Amino acid sequence: MAEIKRAEIKSAAIKKTKRPELDEGGMGYLQSLPRRVVTVYLPLLVFVIVLLFPFYWMTITAIKPNHEMTDYANFNPFWVVHPTFEHIRYLLFDTSYPGWLLNTIIISTAATFLSLLAAVFAAYAIERLRFSGARHVGLTIFLAYLVPPSILFIPLSVMVFNLGLYDTPFALILTYPTFLIPFCTWLLMGYFRSIPFELEECALIDGASRWQILTKIVLPLSVPGLISAGIFAFTLSWNEFIYALTFIQSSENKTVPVGVLTELVRSDVYEWGALMAGALIGSLPVVVLYSFFVEHYVSSMTGAVKE
Amino acid sequence: MAVSSAAVQPRPSIPSRILSLLADSRNALGFGFMLPAAALLLVFLTYPLGLGIWLGFTDARIGRPGIFIGIENYQYLSDDAVFWLSVFNTLLYTISASILKFALGLWLALILNQNLPIKSFFRAIILLPFVVPTVLSAIAFWWIYDSQFSILSWALMEMGLIDNRINFLGDPENARASVIAANVWRGIPFVAITLLAGLQTIPQSLYEAATLDGASRSQLFRFVTLPLLTPIIAITMTFSVLFTFTDFQLIYVLTRGGPVNATHLMATLSFQRGISGGQLGEGAAIAVAMIPFLLAAILFSYFGLQRRKWQQGGGD
Repeated sequence: MAEIKRAEIKSAAIKKTKRPELDEGGMGYLQSLPRRVVTVYLPLLVFVIVLLFPFYWMTITAIKPNHEMTDYANFNPFWVVHPTFEHIRYLLFDTSYPGWLLNTIIISTAATFLSLLAAVFAAYAIERLRFSGARHVGLTIFLAYLVPPSILFIPLSVMVFNLGLYDTPFALILTYPTFLIPFCTWLLMGYFRSIPFELEECALIDGASRWQILTKIVLPLSVPGLISAGIFAFTLSWNEFIYALTFIQSSENKTVPVGVLTELVRSDVYEWGALMAGALIGSLPVVVLYSFFVEHYVSSMTGAVKE
Repeated sequence: MAVSSAAVQPRPSIPSRILSLLADSRNALGFGFMLPAAALLLVFLTYPLGLGIWLGFTDARIGRPGIFIGIENYQYLSDDAVFWLSVFNTLLYTISASILKFALGLWLALILNQNLPIKSFFRAIILLPFVVPTVLSAIAFWWIYDSQFSILSWALMEMGLIDNRINFLGDPENARASVIAANVWRGIPFVAITLLAGLQTIPQSLYEAATLDGASRSQLFRFVTLPLLTPIIAITMTFSVLFTFTDFQLIYVLTRGGPVNATHLMATLSFQRGISGGQLGEGAAIAVAMIPFLLAAILFSYFGLQRRKWQQGGGD
């Protein structure tokens, strides 16, 4: 009798472990639903609301007519009764905003390509050519990533001025790689490491040159890594502020973050609608890009930390 | 016997010949491949770093190369109450924001690590504050913190929790709390997502084994999750501390250091003195004064990495 019972328990246990959904959740099935609601869903809901509220507020303000925006007594501030595109129209046609967008796109793209190009060669050399001292160079690259723009912008502004780059896009295209190259190299090093040596050895035996190995074997295999590094580098350049603020003077050369802050804020009467519209439209390109490549983005973010 | 050795001998020599052939060109090739990155970094990173230290010892102004004045800038700063206030503010800002980011980020990571129905969707939207340009989200916070039309004040007043509008950015204490809150808001996603990546590498079997041994929920966290997560916590928090310490954008948008310098960080003070005020030498000296703190953070990261080796049984 006891034996039969034990066998029953055993078979039940086997059945349980074999059910995949239980296996995936680990011991999650031990939690009752009310407990899960209190410990998981409720805090998660609060987190999501707090983290997303500024974006909601940004959006709702951008399409609110001015009289509704400050009249909390008659209009519920959390909703918009008569949505308007007046602020967005003003932003796109009466300010230099489209020019800033274009500048930001050009600068971010150029800086990203420049950095990726340099980073691919550097990462390949460190990880695969293994020249003498490659390990130390790798470590130095990592340390370079830890040098923040906040301590470089003053000497860089002196350099930019002396080189005659002040107030030109090149000031930013050439300085952004200082934080993009270390990051991209570090990320790509990790990626190249995962490509088996045997593939390269085969190609070497078949008479391929190092250049052919890089362009025909390593790069095609590391496309996901290149996308990750590229997306992340692009958003980093798009978000950059302190260099753009310091090195650019004239309104038509500004990038979106700097332009919105310095040109749209003019008097004591803030045009909140236009400001929020500017912030919203300036965020959209990176958010859209991010939404297409979430997995790449996350892997590059966590990859840089894990190594 | 002779035949077999003759047949065997050439085999190891092919790879070794290739290797020796490569060894000749390896350093030259490596040099060529490293050149673009190295040139850019040396010119625009290493040189400015040295130039910054040099500028700290000069009285350079915008449009006038300075002359060497020794440690005069530092002497001046050591008597400057605003500088010491900015150091205090930076430390307060970094420490309190980092602790909050860590606690809330870890909590969020633990929540996301549960078996949620649409986990990747949650993960994607939670990262949004990190993706959106800081300046642009800070502008949204500026509007949220508006002294007259703050939505937070309005909501709290509607709920009957407060009687008067909160002066978020006008009062020193409130301003400090407000900028820290905005920084924490922006930093939580980074901490949460990187810690989540760490949590996902912890095998479920460890939890099951510990449960069979009678571990409680808090013991599971204390003795399984935390030790295995320590290396990634060390790295994540070093990055977080580093970027919080050198933060500039948020303060520049929200308060520009005000009210009465209560939120001036070293980076914003350096910008104000160096660029807006034109005293490049003094600004550079303030920036250089940040370096010891950064080195401390990097050393912390280094020892965080060291720990990893014994934790994983030396198999790292």
